[in-house]
Amino acid sequence: MRVHIAVQTDPFDSGAEIARLAASNHAIGGIASFIGVVRGHNRVGGREAEISTLTLEHYPGMTEKALARIVDSACERWPLQGVTVIHRVGELQLGEPIVLVLTASAHRQAAFEACEYIMDILKTEAPFWKKERLPDGSERWVDARETDSEAAARWLR
Amino acid sequence: MIRVMYFARLRDQLGSPGEQIEAPPATLGALVDQLAARGDDWAEAFSGSVLMAVNQEMADRDTPLAEGDEVAFFPPVTGG
Repeated sequence: MRVHIAVQTDPFDSGAEIARLAASNHAIGGIASFIGVVRGHNRVGGREAEISTLTLEHYPGMTEKALARIVDSACERWPLQGVTVIHRVGELQLGEPIVLVLTASAHRQAAFEACEYIMDILKTEAPFWKKERLPDGSERWVDARETDSEAAARWLR
Repeated sequence: MIRVMYFARLRDQLGSPGEQIEAPPATLGALVDQLAARGDDWAEAFSGSVLMAVNQEMADRDTPLAEGDEVAFFPPVTGG
């Protein structure tokens, strides 16, 4: 089974990644995908604000280990035939892709569920941090959201 | 000697990406207490929600420290 995990500054080609995964194994019957993109506004501390760029920092070494562990746990939980996780770091512009998760399985249910699981756990366990630059040039670190912790916790029940 | 790293908002608050500590205490909790006692900025930075890792695995106050360890402190993560 193909597992591809990457942390990179370069953009990724979602179509090429899907094609690569689909061609890797003929037991695959479906691929679910999630692509996170840079949103142009964000609510922080009750204040809605336009943002101009997003910078992602990470902990090199630990990030890759954390992603590998998350993918392993998804593979234990669902009958997957392949997984791709690509997460970008560095400065990103509005609308640019941040993260790609692909999960391949013989049937759709496992692929859908595993894709959602990987994103939910990634958002609370992988050591990435977002910093927003606002149009006035000021910068602020993005706070972790309670709703993300709740989304991750529901898989542990 | 151990290597200590600070990430994201915590690094900004402390004004340092990290440091080497020559004679670390026996546990991570004791190290946190030692760092927090350095002054107001340090006490404030460590009073909030700070996650901890030893050798790139999540850790807690009871985690023992050994020569050569890589320790990291960081805020709750916000990737994805």
